[in-house]
Amino acid sequence: MKQTTTIDKGLTEPYQINMGPQHPATHGVLNLLLTIDGEIIKKVEPDLGYIHRSIEKMCERDSYQQIVHLTDRMDYLSSNINNEAVCLTVENALQLEIPERVKVIRTIIGELTRISSHCLWWGVMGMDVGALSTFFYGFRDREMLNDIFEETCGARLTMNYNVPGGLMLDIHPNFVKRVKKFIAHFKTKIPEYDRLLTQNVIFQKRTKGVGVLSKEDAISFGVSGPVARASGYSCDVRKYHPYSALDKVKFNECLKTEGDTFARYQVRIMELWESMSIVEQLIDNIPEGEHRVKTNAVIKLPKGEYYQKVETARGELGVYVISTGTKNPYRLKFRSPGFSNLSVLNHIAVGGKIGDLVATMATLDLVIPDIDR
Amino acid sequence: MTNEILQELIGSWFPNPEFDKISEVVAQSEKDEISEESVESPTPINPCLLEFSEEASQFLNITVQPEQFYTLMSQLKTNEQTQFNYLFCLTGVDWGEELGVVYHLESTIHRHIVVVKVKTKDREHPSLDSVYDIWATAEFHEREVFDFFGIKFNNHPNLKRLFLTEDWDGFPLRKDYVDEINMVIK
Amino acid sequence: MTISIININYNLISSIMLEESMSILNMILVALGYLGFFAVAGLFLVLMERRVAAWFQLRVGPNRVGFQGILQTMADALKLISKELTGTVKADKFLYNLAPYFVIVTALMGLAVFPFTKDIQAFDINIGIFFLIAISSIGVIGILLGGWASNNKFALIGAMRSGVQTISYELSIGLSLLTMILLTGSLQLSEIVEVQKSGWLIVQGHVPAIIAFMIYMIAGTAETNRAPFDMVEAESELGAGFHTEYSGMKFAYFFLAEFINMFIIAAIATTVFFGAWLSPFGITESLPWLGVFWFLGKTLLLVFLMMWFRWTFPRLRVDQLLTLEWKYLLPINLVNIVIMALIVWLNLTIQF
Repeated sequence: MKQTTTIDKGLTEPYQINMGPQHPATHGVLNLLLTIDGEIIKKVEPDLGYIHRSIEKMCERDSYQQIVHLTDRMDYLSSNINNEAVCLTVENALQLEIPERVKVIRTIIGELTRISSHCLWWGVMGMDVGALSTFFYGFRDREMLNDIFEETCGARLTMNYNVPGGLMLDIHPNFVKRVKKFIAHFKTKIPEYDRLLTQNVIFQKRTKGVGVLSKEDAISFGVSGPVARASGYSCDVRKYHPYSALDKVKFNECLKTEGDTFARYQVRIMELWESMSIVEQLIDNIPEGEHRVKTNAVIKLPKGEYYQKVETARGELGVYVISTGTKNPYRLKFRSPGFSNLSVLNHIAVGGKIGDLVATMATLDLVIPDIDR
Repeated sequence: MTNEILQELIGSWFPNPEFDKISEVVAQSEKDEISEESVESPTPINPCLLEFSEEASQFLNITVQPEQFYTLMSQLKTNEQTQFNYLFCLTGVDWGEELGVVYHLESTIHRHIVVVKVKTKDREHPSLDSVYDIWATAEFHEREVFDFFGIKFNNHPNLKRLFLTEDWDGFPLRKDYVDEINMVIK
Repeated sequence: MTISIININYNLISSIMLEESMSILNMILVALGYLGFFAVAGLFLVLMERRVAAWFQLRVGPNRVGFQGILQTMADALKLISKELTGTVKADKFLYNLAPYFVIVTALMGLAVFPFTKDIQAFDINIGIFFLIAISSIGVIGILLGGWASNNKFALIGAMRSGVQTISYELSIGLSLLTMILLTGSLQLSEIVEVQKSGWLIVQGHVPAIIAFMIYMIAGTAETNRAPFDMVEAESELGAGFHTEYSGMKFAYFFLAEFINMFIIAAIATTVFFGAWLSPFGITESLPWLGVFWFLGKTLLLVFLMMWFRWTFPRLRVDQLLTLEWKYLLPINLVNIVIMALIVWLNLTIQF
């Protein structure tokens, strides 16, 4: 009798494995300390900071123009939207009148960035559940966008196209033509995505009912973006706090109520269509005008506090600036979507299998520099 | 709900006992018809324990003392008329003399926003109440603030350093943090 | 009829040596011939996989080393041979080093019994199919050993998954082949081919044979631990699974064994369902040496099918994998055997 108890004690010892920081499914240097029982996950504890550069501290010593450049390196897949967030904060604080042309171009490029980010996510999502080929299909379409970005501003990933007061350069003469060509191309490709992955029985079995997040939990955990919308929580910043030219376009907020991995997948696919429709509405009538308004060489924000939120491809990015009237912010906080989205992982992954955790993490669409900052 | 109504409502939860006393005194003195000179109120006394301000910010700001902080937060979440159920930003701030935390709250039902600020003068052992049981997102964000500002959150279930290593010396986002090797100062 | 290569050697050497030592020498020569050929064939399969993958993924694939990249995998193999063999400190050294040989030796052993043509068959044993099934299940011991002995948590999970998976799918392989044995009445591979001269078994057995083939291919893919059943490696879940801690040539053994196993699974299917070296409708009956071409052609077609699976399907989850086997494939298989038995009993087979 005594012996059996000792054996039982031995069996219930937690089996801990380190998933990451060099693990294919964590998409970067994220370390998850998993406590597992066979295949079943008992606890997920993220260990962060492998790529922490303390961007917030760096912002306190930099001028506002310089801060824009740092934001690229946070969520590098929606770099343009991050830039836009800081620029909008500064412009609102200075109460600058931004030309319509700038607003429209910012919105178009923002939505193209979103498409590009979702393309990459789709490829990686397929790869995480084991369909390796999707990665290349996603990248094929993203490549066209990257070429457009490169022609527009010279960079493919960290774009730095926005400056406080407008855009760094005017758009390239080919821009409109190439964007239209891309939209026409991409419209034929999303059905291909569906045939390859969405309709696959194995994929649906892997994702349906996995990692379910209820609406209440989504709100309580501060989850935003497609992850929250898949749980039926309507939170699109573009709808509730429209910025740039988003108040002039019509689009639907993509909502699902299931809250599982497959719903999150579907929301992102739906967002591809919505983003394309936004671009289509704007691309034909980009107003003429200046691409930049003059600002002082040294930007000093009036004393006060400013908060600006934008919707990146991952969710709600907030920029909170406390200014004391000098050329540097006194305190600048980035409320990054990935950080809050990661915090929900332990809640929704526990009880699932290791394979479920990977699928769930893929649809949370984490970008690690965005979490670590 | 407009900011004025919110201010009135939230203010009514925390009446200032001294204000009542003074208003009684004022009422008394008016009755007695004592001349204006003798009624001395050098600083206007706040009718409640919270401070409201709207200047230099696009939202309604509430400053609260650490003692009333937790009660206020749970009230804000549970009250039918406020229902601030979405904590979208939690920021640690070093105000020089004081350390504090700024909470940005939104209601997904009423779609109104308030900002709650809480400050503590104790820079050596600052501690505030944790709100992780009101908003689950606070658990991670409070760990971040603890990591960078050294503010301890009472009742927090897992208050460990989040980004930095356990043996890291100091709290980097405080204004008085010095690191001559790793920090580039212009 | 089976031993013609051996005979050639036999005649060559019989003038020099004693009879007993000659037969041993014969065996060694044949074994070396097979080894050399299949080591190269395995490398060719790796190249084929890479080109097929590239084709599915809008890429070109390796095409620089030699004509159309034909020497690419040779170069890779040379690189792997020259690499340092690293390992963990706390590994069980003996078992750790033994594991790759278990895997590669069993893979190569299986090749001995295949009839590439009427004449090229090294070992025509009368329990051929049984031998193949038995040999292929030994390989899993190597994987279990490798995963356990390398003292890595991910590798251990991978190895345990492999054990669960291989043991389950072994059943389906056995039973689906048993279905076909009902038609041939013999386990000997040469006899199975002989029976198919009046129509390939997949035609003879029509509906149940097709079902058996489908089950066989699913189980066979699982048996070789390839996507969508690559639980064992599952790079997005376990890093590299059971061979995480292996490097250099030891890793190459695992890698090569996977491809040879894939070849074996396809070759069994070719032999049992598609008439081995028999040409379709007997079009090249007068040229028996073309049998090699037909055998390899059919096998590579099936290998291509397995590669097609790999590059399009997502991976199953571990519990779904077991559900598929125990709740679907196994019952279907059992019913299928009964149907096949009825068909054979009532003489409903299609024969030309």
